[in-house]
Amino acid sequence: MKKEPFLQVSKRRNKARWQERLLIRFIALILALIVCGAVIVALVKMNPVDVYKAIWDGAMGSERRLWQTIRDTMVLLCISIGLAPAFKMKFWNIGAEGQILIGGACSAAVMIYAGDKMPTGLLLIVMFVASALGGMIWGMIPAVFKANWNTNETLFTLMLNYVAMQVVTYCIVFWENPKGSNTVGIINQATKGGWLPELFGQKYGWNVVIVLILTVGMFIYLKYCKQGYEIAVVGESENTARYAGIQVKKVIIRTMAISGAICGIAGFVIVSGASHTISTATAGGRGFTAIIVAWLSKFNTFIMVAVSFGIVFMNQGAVQIATQYGLNENASNVLLGIILFFLIGAEFFINYRVKRAKK
Amino acid sequence: MSVLIVFIQKAIVQGICILYGALGEIMTEKSGNLNLGIPGIMYMGGISGLMGAFLYEKDNPDPNALVGVLISFLCAFACAAIGGLIYSILTITLRVNQNVTGLALTIFGTGFGNFFGGSISKLAGGVGQISVKVTGSAYTAKIPGLSKIPVIGGILFNYGFLTYLCIIIAVLLSFFLFKTRAGLNLRAIGENPGTADAAGINVIKYKYLSTCIGAGLAGLGGLYFVMEYSGGTWTDNGFGDRGWLAVALVIFALWKPLNAIWGAFLFGALYILYLYIPGLGRSMQEVFKALPYVVTIIVLVFTSFRKKKEHQPPAALGLPYFREER
Repeated sequence: MKKEPFLQVSKRRNKARWQERLLIRFIALILALIVCGAVIVALVKMNPVDVYKAIWDGAMGSERRLWQTIRDTMVLLCISIGLAPAFKMKFWNIGAEGQILIGGACSAAVMIYAGDKMPTGLLLIVMFVASALGGMIWGMIPAVFKANWNTNETLFTLMLNYVAMQVVTYCIVFWENPKGSNTVGIINQATKGGWLPELFGQKYGWNVVIVLILTVGMFIYLKYCKQGYEIAVVGESENTARYAGIQVKKVIIRTMAISGAICGIAGFVIVSGASHTISTATAGGRGFTAIIVAWLSKFNTFIMVAVSFGIVFMNQGAVQIATQYGLNENASNVLLGIILFFLIGAEFFINYRVKRAKK
Repeated sequence: MSVLIVFIQKAIVQGICILYGALGEIMTEKSGNLNLGIPGIMYMGGISGLMGAFLYEKDNPDPNALVGVLISFLCAFACAAIGGLIYSILTITLRVNQNVTGLALTIFGTGFGNFFGGSISKLAGGVGQISVKVTGSAYTAKIPGLSKIPVIGGILFNYGFLTYLCIIIAVLLSFFLFKTRAGLNLRAIGENPGTADAAGINVIKYKYLSTCIGAGLAGLGGLYFVMEYSGGTWTDNGFGDRGWLAVALVIFALWKPLNAIWGAFLFGALYILYLYIPGLGRSMQEVFKALPYVVTIIVLVFTSFRKKKEHQPPAALGLPYFREER
């Protein structure tokens, strides 16, 4: 006689209700925090309550830290929004890093060469458009090949990241300031040409406004526009899309153009609104983290706000713990990895039902 | 002439790092798992090998080189395989998306490597610079006698044992995949897990084993970098983007381990070419550094143009398998 399995797994016929989904994610987050706490306690032998207090402190402890958290959340959110349409189409755009870098480099170029030749408003608009165009072109290259010859986009976009990195180091050779430092330094430090101005007395006010407009816009685009519907159909089945008379090639290229452009805009937000410089670390792995954010949020841009805030919050907290206890700052990546494992694993319980086998 | 010999030597050394990763990834991808966690896994392998040797030498007044090699080798393989196990549990048992899991694993693994690399001496009680002289010297030991032959000795016999082990593994892996029953089963799973399952092959077991062993192999690439390339020391992010190059090499080699050998040497050569071309300005050097990636893109594009059957990736690559969903 064959042994019956102890647990039965079946696909949920109806999607889990949102309360259920929220509960599963919440449990996963709590478990992740417990494991993270245990790891930190094992490493530095501090009181676990202090660990969580330090995390809170690092992310929200002072107004400055709070705004840093908001600033990083906006950047991560912006990239995730850019990735959402591509992923909805099941186009694995792992090239956000590259698209951000190219967008940032375009912004920096305009700042350096035209920083004192245009009025502020016009300059910022030119930078914005240049970044979007740069990211768009970088995103469209793999899309054209995917649409016409079905070239594997996962690996193509991945490789383009490193080409973009070399493009940036190439530019740095010409832009370096001071000479011989191999870094660009703060661009237009004296004139602040091309820096996003303060809004409501807040340094990062414009960042928030730009990204929130994109959040709402992308939500409407994906949910209520004809183009958003076409993206969903192509993502579910290319054959169905073709049968329904959707021009699949056009949709693929157009969607990646949008995706790349928004990632380019993220580059603009970073360069003009936050760091005011460009280097190969400008994207700093956020293009990869955003992939996970976009996927966890199931392309709903409002959920992305919460997820990116959560991830940035934990990251800032981990950085705080690291400095407070003299740990290496890379500890934050270890903790981030653990949290992501739990959140990703929780998806299983959202998509499948697990039951004890009946006797 | 001597410059050329040095160039070939350096290219081979760079290539072997990438080759280990690529062999592990070929093994993994043949089962239909696209493990983008390989860069992180290679960091994990490198640091745990170093840590194993370091802790052994620290507590031992008279360390034995052979024991040190064994410990670090096992630590590197085991830790990297655990990375593969995390990936397997999430993607095979819990059926979550492979790309997302792989990227999370890369974030984790890179952080893991840099974290322990940067704080190992502090955690061990502040002994200063990490150094594993005895073990490191065993890894870098050259073949006595043969390495002294002019030219040929310099090119062929001037490396530590991990280099030769890597070539042997590549040949064995090729034999396993294309000449044995188990290899055929593994390839069948990568092409169509449903059919393989119907034929009575234990899909889950094969996927788990190939992913974990593949990860272990990739971890040896990290060990090789730490021990032979850097002589038993750690620099943060020193391993750089070689992990992604390993993923690229798999495509370049068209999923064949024997192609990967010469592909790795070519990648290694392209990786350091900018140092050996006289009269390159700084800006042109940066252009040359992009070569390995550009070459990979070109190969990717050309294989998709030609659509030859034996040059395609495993058909089920990247797709989860759930028996009830067929």
